[in-house]
Amino acid sequence: MNIVVCVKHVPDAQGERTFNASDNTVDRENVDGLLSELDEYAVEAALTLVEAGEGEVTIVTVGPDAAADAIKKSLQMGAHKGVHVNDEAIHGSDAIATSLVLAETIKKLSAETAPDLVITGMASTDGAMGVVPAMLAERLGLPAITYASELSVDGGTARIRRDGDVSTQTIEASLPALVSVTDQINEPRYPSFKGIMAAKKKPVEQWALADLGVDPAQVGLDAAWSKVESFAARPPRTAGEIVVDEGDGGTKLASFLASRKFI
Amino acid sequence: MPASRVLPTEEAADLIRLVREFAAEKLAPRAAQAEAEGAFPREIFRTLGALGILGLPYPEADGGGGQPYEVYLQVLEELASVWATIGVGTSVHALSCYGLATRGTPEQRERWLPDLLGGDLLGGYCLSEPQAGSDPGAMTTKAVREGDDYVITGTKAWVTHGGEADYYMVMARTSDDPAERAAGISCFLVPADADGLSADPPEHKMGLMGSTTATMRFDHVRVASDRLLGAEGDGLKIALGGLDSGRLGIAAVATGLAQGALDRAVDYAQERETFGRKISDHQGLAFVLADMEAAIQSARAVTLHAARLRDQGMPFSREASIAKLVATDNAMKVTTDAVQVLGGYGYTRDFPVERYMREAKVMQIFEGTNQIQRMVISRSLAKPSGTITTTAATTTAHEESH
Ligand SMILES: Cc1cc2nc3c(=O)[nH]c(=O)nc-3n(C[C@H](O)[C@H](O)[C@H](O)COP(=O)(O)OP(=O)(O)OC[C@H]3O[C@@H](n4cnc5c(N)ncnc54)[C@H](O)[C@@H]3O)c2cc1C
Repeated sequence: MNIVVCVKHVPDAQGERTFNASDNTVDRENVDGLLSELDEYAVEAALTLVEAGEGEVTIVTVGPDAAADAIKKSLQMGAHKGVHVNDEAIHGSDAIATSLVLAETIKKLSAETAPDLVITGMASTDGAMGVVPAMLAERLGLPAITYASELSVDGGTARIRRDGDVSTQTIEASLPALVSVTDQINEPRYPSFKGIMAAKKKPVEQWALADLGVDPAQVGLDAAWSKVESFAARPPRTAGEIVVDEGDGGTKLASFLASRKFI
Repeated sequence: MPASRVLPTEEAADLIRLVREFAAEKLAPRAAQAEAEGAFPREIFRTLGALGILGLPYPEADGGGGQPYEVYLQVLEELASVWATIGVGTSVHALSCYGLATRGTPEQRERWLPDLLGGDLLGGYCLSEPQAGSDPGAMTTKAVREGDDYVITGTKAWVTHGGEADYYMVMARTSDDPAERAAGISCFLVPADADGLSADPPEHKMGLMGSTTATMRFDHVRVASDRLLGAEGDGLKIALGGLDSGRLGIAAVATGLAQGALDRAVDYAQERETFGRKISDHQGLAFVLADMEAAIQSARAVTLHAARLRDQGMPFSREASIAKLVATDNAMKVTTDAVQVLGGYGYTRDFPVERYMREAKVMQIFEGTNQIQRMVISRSLAKPSGTITTTAATTTAHEESH
């Protein structure tokens, strides 16, 4: 089985994160970045499936130079090769444009070997929109089975479990298909030192928009359907308010919640 | 704040990143409880083995990671900054592989080394005895040749991983001739499941309780003669050669431990307020923190200096003793000061710094007490010195292993 995993390089949530003052996009250059934690589950899911049989895991990322780290980490975990789509014009792209670039990348890869599965994380930890998987499936004409907390493949069928608030669903799709996975699906492995050494020799393609036949006017900040108008740091947390119960605690609580428009 | 590091290669930098991530996610949450309960974390060593950490300083051809000591020691430091038991265990494991890796015949190495370095197995090192610690030449454990076997009888004290390890590197006397006190000792690789080998209950120590320390009893333990490493009589030389490298390991572990204590102290000092300002803004306290940082950086510098000599294939025995002495004495001072920075809270078991202080103490004792290190250093002063060499002139041990 051959699997493409789409991963994103995101600012480290533990570190300082900020926006570029010039165009209100996320600052990806002056911050520490890493492979989005939610995408580690996608890489692990792909490795588990491929290691049970045969085939290759190909990592695709769209992002600036630093995004190469997300591919490197995935290769260190055990993926076989990578594609890094890197083009100035992509800067500021929204989810629609990102899904376009990913779709064209996977189509180009398919000219050689069409993947049986495309696996993604359920959302990026920075944008957190969670819409790219469905958009990507639509563009590729693949069935999308999303938010998998379990994934198995049997013959030509992929089966997932999706845990909802009120029910648990089992969903099947015929291959090829796209699956997005949650953080419940597995425990991602750490790369081993052998994996770190092996990753140095694994092939990583560098593609620009021109390699994919994507018109730069379709992507980037100017083509985006949504834009950040302004940003402000969250005000520091203030000390809480202690409600002393003198027989009227309930009333005081209710009026506090009402004043904050919770009730 | 973890230490800033300069690594020689990109893969070494990635290795440090991996170890930091692993330590933060898998070691930090468990350390305090395991130390309080005295629970030996065997499966963590299995995971470290699978990650390739247990064989790092040995050649790739033997199944190791082929990393120079300069890199390996910084890995130990990162592990120990979160949990000293794991740093000590990793270092002792490397020590237990030393005899086979450096003195084993090609057949012996091929047969056992991949398993030892591959990470499934854990090793122990049996040199000390109840009556022979600083003076291992006083050992009485015997190995008597009987046909194609040796039969080992005696008691080995203070064995790290005693009763938990899968095999032991054991020094035992093959000659009773008083003229051959040191030259009458030989080195053996003994499997833990050998008949007649048993472990006493673990010692109740002041600290480092997660790391099992036990007396091992050898009651006519029969091993085939192909388990002798090197020639008969080479044992003490092999044991002490291993300790030169082991001392670097302990120096790195002590440096990491001190770094962990400083990190806690700095965090606390930036939050705790007295007299209307953070305690880190009182110069009297800030200078304590500054001295801690200076002590740690000095320890790291002497340790990595010795490591680089070793990596260049140059003599490093004196420098290893200096590193062990400086790093462990500094760790004792730094961890004691960390307790001071946290005030009364530092003296309670609700905060980890008192544990670091207890753990630092043993670093001054094992792998040669600091009095013994001073003895080694002072004796070396009588030897010729003042040589001037270049690093370019020697091939590095690292390159040789490729
Ligand atoms: C937690 C722990 C783990 C250990 N792990 C191992 C292990 O895995 N394998 C192993 O073989 N051993 C191990 N040891 C043993 C350790 O190496 C010895 O305890 C150490 O070498 C000191 O020996 P001793 O305890 O017999 O003290 P002694 O040798 O009796 O020394 C007592 C005191 O006298 C001082 N002294 C001795 N001789 C001199 C001298 N010539 N000049 C000045 N001062 C001197 C010492 O510095 C010390 O302060 C471990 C010990 C501990 C506590």
